Amino acid sequence: MMVQLVFYVFATILVGSAAMVITARNPVHSVLFLILAFFNAAGLFLVAGAEFLAMILVIVYVGAVAVLFLFVVMMLDIDFTRMREGLQRYAPIGAIVGCILFVELVMAGLHWGMSPVMPAPITGGLGQVGGAATNTGALGNLIYTHYFLLFQLCGIVLLVAMIGAITLTLRDRPMGRRQIISRQHARKRAETLEMMTLPLGQGTDDNGGFIRPHGSYYDTAVPGSYGIPASENRAKDSREGDAE
Amino acid sequence: MNAAIAQIGLGPYLTVSAALLVLGVFGIFLNRKNIIIIMMSMELILLAANLNLVAFSSVLGDLSGQVLTLFVLTIAAAEAAIGLAILTVYFRNRGSIQVEDVATMKG
Repeated sequence: MMVQLVFYVFATILVGSAAMVITARNPVHSVLFLILAFFNAAGLFLVAGAEFLAMILVIVYVGAVAVLFLFVVMMLDIDFTRMREGLQRYAPIGAIVGCILFVELVMAGLHWGMSPVMPAPITGGLGQVGGAATNTGALGNLIYTHYFLLFQLCGIVLLVAMIGAITLTLRDRPMGRRQIISRQHARKRAETLEMMTLPLGQGTDDNGGFIRPHGSYYDTAVPGSYGIPASENRAKDSREGDAE
Repeated sequence: MNAAIAQIGLGPYLTVSAALLVLGVFGIFLNRKNIIIIMMSMELILLAANLNLVAFSSVLGDLSGQVLTLFVLTIAAAEAAIGLAILTVYFRNRGSIQVEDVATMKG
């Protein structure tokens, strides 16, 4: 009885928050309801005895995917009021399609039964895989033996997704302060350090100042680095402006 | 069969999963202009599939369903990352992510 109560609490909040995801006016609220939905789905996984997947759902979905959604929603400056213009127009079509889908699913669910001559699971029963006592251990025994190739392919998919996301969003800023190693190595001590013997009562200003190099900063700076514009013309302009 | 799911049965799990699927499809129709909500609806649909897989895995006593759920989670995470990256680049180039503005490739 207690299990059923827990199940129905999780299921009700899950369906309710899923409904709020698609109807909320503010997309930030949508993301937050999506996080709530994932938490409750993790609860349902726990009731079904899939502890490892429940934890993975919380860590991967709430910790990574939903926060990624939140970043994008907050980062992009989007006019959300314009996006809700066609809401009334599309709602009836969506409701009709949704109703048809739900009725079909209910009909399929009512007239469906498991075959009485089901073959035994190829991987052995739950918790019997390799004699592991816990769900996580049994899953690990299965992943690293029977599903090893698929597991590795999943890793490749994640690698490709990571490289793709970085390649898509990486932007080469012309004003970036970039390190030029060869230039750093080519620096002489005399360019940067000068020993001055100052008479008593005089500062460095009276002896030519201590700003190094002696010429303009723009003569020695490399275009495209350290705040200097990349193109040669803009560097010249700023040098002339500096001289004035 | 797991002791907890034996008391509940397969039916309620499948009902919740069907409701999630329908809500996801309805969300795609409802928010046709907001591509971020459309991606969230896709996540809901994938979550419904995961719930089905886990429930069947628990009832049948076969762990393969949970392994498949793990793979679906991986693919969904990769899909969300790539989709949001494309969205960000598109917004940077065009200054808008209106769905009806994305018609440049129509010819």
